[in-house]
This record gives sequence, C-alpha cells and structure tokens, in this order.
Amino acid sequence: MSIIDWFNQREKIEDRSKKLDIPGDLWVKCYKCSDILYLKDLESSKKVCPSCKYHFRITPEERLQYLFDSNSFEEAEDSIRAVDFLKFRDTEEYKDRLEKARKKTKHADAIIIGVAKIKKRTVNVGIMDFSFMGGSMGSVVGEKITRLIELALENHHPLVMFTSSGGARMQEGIMSLMQMAKTSAALQLLAKKKIPYISVLCDPTMGGTSASFAMLGDINIGEPGALIGFAGPRVIEQTVREKLPKGFQRAEFLLKHGMLDMVVERQSMRDTLAHLVNVLDPHRKPV
Amino acid sequence: MKPLDFEKPLDELYAKIDELRRLSAEGQVDLSDEIASIEKRAEKLRNEVFSNLTPHQILQIARHPNRPDTFGLSMLVFDDFVELHGDRQFRDDPSIVGGIAQLGTHRVMVIGHQKGHDTKEKIYRNFGMPHPEGYRKALRLMHMAEKFNMPIVTFIDTPGAYPGKEAEERGQSEAIARNLREMSGLSVPVITFVIGEGGSGGALGIAVSNRIYMLEYAVYSVISPEGCASILFRDADQANYAAEKLKITAGDISNLGIGDGVLKEPLGGAHNDWPHVSETIRSKINEDLKRYETMSPEEVFQERYDKFRSFGKFEDPVKA
Repeated sequence: MSIIDWFNQREKIEDRSKKLDIPGDLWVKCYKCSDILYLKDLESSKKVCPSCKYHFRITPEERLQYLFDSNSFEEAEDSIRAVDFLKFRDTEEYKDRLEKARKKTKHADAIIIGVAKIKKRTVNVGIMDFSFMGGSMGSVVGEKITRLIELALENHHPLVMFTSSGGARMQEGIMSLMQMAKTSAALQLLAKKKIPYISVLCDPTMGGTSASFAMLGDINIGEPGALIGFAGPRVIEQTVREKLPKGFQRAEFLLKHGMLDMVVERQSMRDTLAHLVNVLDPHRKPV
Repeated sequence: MKPLDFEKPLDELYAKIDELRRLSAEGQVDLSDEIASIEKRAEKLRNEVFSNLTPHQILQIARHPNRPDTFGLSMLVFDDFVELHGDRQFRDDPSIVGGIAQLGTHRVMVIGHQKGHDTKEKIYRNFGMPHPEGYRKALRLMHMAEKFNMPIVTFIDTPGAYPGKEAEERGQSEAIARNLREMSGLSVPVITFVIGEGGSGGALGIAVSNRIYMLEYAVYSVISPEGCASILFRDADQANYAAEKLKITAGDISNLGIGDGVLKEPLGGAHNDWPHVSETIRSKINEDLKRYETMSPEEVFQERYDKFRSFGKFEDPVKA
C-alpha cells in the first residue's frame, strides 16, 4: 500500500463512521455499576438503573412526570430573578453563571414551586434543580420556598419539598446564609397551623440546605443512595484526617442514625407520598 | 504576644520607644524629646494602619487569640453569671457555653461560642466548633429562657459548626435547622453580638435574633474566605480576594441590612481592652431591654420574624 492509498483508506473509514450516524444519547452508562443501559429502558424505570437500583439525578420536569398526576402542576412565582448585588466574580462573573444556568436548565433559578395533584389530592410542591448552579440556595431559592410555605398557610394543602442542593450560594454572600433562617422561620408558622410538611431529600442535599428546611419535615424521606449531610465528605476527610467508611452520609446511613423516617425507591415514591399526605392532613376532605 | 503582620512596623516603633525609655531611666541622657516624637509617629502610623484595614486584615483581628470571649464577656458585662451544662441527651459540648446572669434588675440567658485561648483550652473547646449537642444545649437554654420570660443574649465567635464524623452521625444539620426554626418562634427577645468570627451555619444556629450587632472588627460570612477560595477559585491562596468579595466586615453586614449596628472597638482592636468592649455591649443591652419591656411577646416574635422575612435581594417584576 502506498502512502497515498493509506490516506485514501483512512478517509473512507472516517466516511463510514459518519454514515453510521449513531446518536450519542441512546445508551447510558450507569455511574454506579457501569452497566450499559438503553435510554428508553432507563426512562421507563424512572431513571433508576435496573441492575443496581442506582437513582440517577433527574430534572424537576421528570420528577413531576414520575410522581404527580399528569399536567396537574401549576407553577407559581416564576418571575423572580436573581441579581448580582455583590458584583461577585470568581473564575466567572456571577451574572454570567446565572445566564449559562438559565440557558442550560430553562429555569430561572435552582427551584420551581407551585401546586400539583398527587392521586387527585392537591399539594404545594417545591422541586430543586441540582443542575442549576449545584442547586445552590440564594435569595431567589429562599424567597420562593418562603412564598410556597406562605401559599400553604393560605390554601392549607400539605407541603412536599424535593431537595437537591450543594448548600448556600456563595455568590450572594451572607444573604444566602440568611435564607436558611428565613425558610426555617416560615416553617415554624406552618407547624403552628398544623399543615403537614414532607421533605424528600434527594441526591445531594448538603450544607445550608440540609441545615435548614430540608431536615425540618414532619416526615423526612430519603432517596436511595442520596448524599445527605452538613459538611462535604472531602472537608470531613481533611478535618479528621481519615478515610470515611463506605456509605457514610448516604440516605441509608441517615436512616440508621435516626435522621430520616424512611428511604423510598423512586418506583414507590408516588404511592408513599399520596398515602402519607392523605393520612397526615388534618384539613383533608375525601377526594 | 505575637503581633499581626500588618502591626509589625508599629511593633518596631514601640520597641524603639521602650529602648529609649530604658536608656533615659539609666540616667545617661535626656531623651524625652526623641521619645515624644517617636510616640507621635507611632500614634499616626497606628491611626493610618487601622483606618485602612483590608477585609483580610480585619479577619485576622477577628481571629486574634486574645479576642474577648463569651466567658470573659459574661463575667464583665453581667453580674452573677452561673454556667449551665449539657443538652440532656448526649453530653455537654464545651464549644458552646451558656448560663443565667443578671444585668441590674434584668435576668438574662447568655449563650455563646467559646474558642479557647491557649492550645490546651482550644483543643478542649474544639476551637469553638460545636457538635450537634452544642446547638441542642443552646436550644434547651433558650426554651428555659422563654419559660421564665428571660431575654436572651448570644455571643458569636466560631469558625463554623464542626465538620466531623460524629457530628454528622448525630445530625449536625438537624440540630442547626431545628434551632433556626425554634429561635424564630421564641416569645422573648434575642440580642446577638458577633464578637469575633461569625462562621456560617455554625454562627446562625444561635443567631436568629431580634437584634444583630457587630463589633467593629468582627466578621460574619456564609463560608470562610479560605473555603470559598478553595471551592470557587480552586486556589486557597485567593483567600484575600474572597474575603473582599464575600462582604464579611461589620460595615458590609450593616450595609446589606443584616446587622443592626457596628460597635466601635478601642484602637488596635478589642483584644487590647476587654472592659472597654464590655462597657459598650452592656449599654447596648440596657438600651434594648428598655425597649423590649414595652413590647408584648407577640410583638417581640413579630419583630424578629419580619426582620428575617425581609432578607433577600432579587428582582420581582410582578410585585414591583
């Protein structure tokens, strides 16, 4: 083979692979067991790996689709927008980060709130979105959660919150920290009014989010394998200078240590939530 | 006492003054003119240094090993401080101390972080980083205060809640979260003084208060500048820059509407004059307690609730 033939050959191979046109997103590798999963199968199992039960992180839309009555969600307070009041700049400017995250997720910030129906019963629901700046809580997330609680105080429907967040949003400095107190204070009013609050802690729920509204459910539910804690595992390892045991800060670990009421698989989450909401709600009317 | 970096030129001047004084005293020459002139220079330099402190330098003062602490202030500000121990569930956490005290005719519950000064005490106090049982002790004392209608005073001085294995096992998050919720519902006034380091959730866990005062060189932050630098910049050396960006100084906290006032410290920082600082704090507490005497429990609760409800900066086209 002459060198020219070799080049021609190479071009042909490239052509052939182009013609095959395999869409890159038909198959997904499980993060945990490395099984290759057909995307359609994964979606029909609510993004839970059929082999190892690994629960993939999902978008708020997917969560609504998997758990609530179809098309029952009415979004509230969707016009609040974050502002870069500290003119914060790390490796990127905060306002650029916001812009990127909005484009990527099609959401205004790291949470959507509103009312939805679960087996015909109306609940107030908040769903955090980890893919929006790590689900971090700044002024907007704190305000939306507080307004959702205030909505519950008015309509007396139970509150269900799905948390997925790295903690407070550093780009808003001390103001993010104050959102922890603001949301927890509102929950104090909710408790006084005896309106049930179910907190579903999804992967991950850390820092300022776990140390405020996420841990304050009348019932705390963990998604299997979710990382839940105050300090991140790396920070702890650096502080105590030892390797953390397997399963440390996972939902099952928290269940064992008395911080969660139950760990519920995504497949049965809808049934569990509907049942709990139904049984707990003192304001309930038969549906 | 080792001087802080930016105090070194000052320290050298003071050393010189001491030396001249010694020579003078030995009676060989009269150096009073020289001494006076150097003292004047030192005074000027001191004013210059302390009027142009960067946030990172302020952070160093806030972390000064001789910074006034909760115990010291409890003794100096109040009369008859009696320490109370334990969370009644697991153990007594020495990182948070509390007890009953009197201030004139008032009875108050005092709660605060305790960092410790020498190595031995620092280790015993876990450098002021509480475990969950510290927050649970604090909450027990706050509920007691409510029961006996005593105002609460808290002193904040912690790098943060302890990021350790046992702390996680015993529910660090739950303990802090519960305090935030319960404190917001208290019917007695809570007055908070950030006296040193206000480290994130570890500080907030005893600071959901009607009034939040910052000592002039105290800081309050969502994360330590070092932590922020290593997470966002992936470079711990950027801590100086992070300290600036995070807006952690007493002035910043007030400008953002979170602090209710900055309490002036003696020149050179509170570590130079504890009685001076305690006098400032005492008069502030007296002033506030007078005001709270005229308020009903509901008004006290509402004032605190409204304060925290208002925190947040965002655009809201619908309500605007």
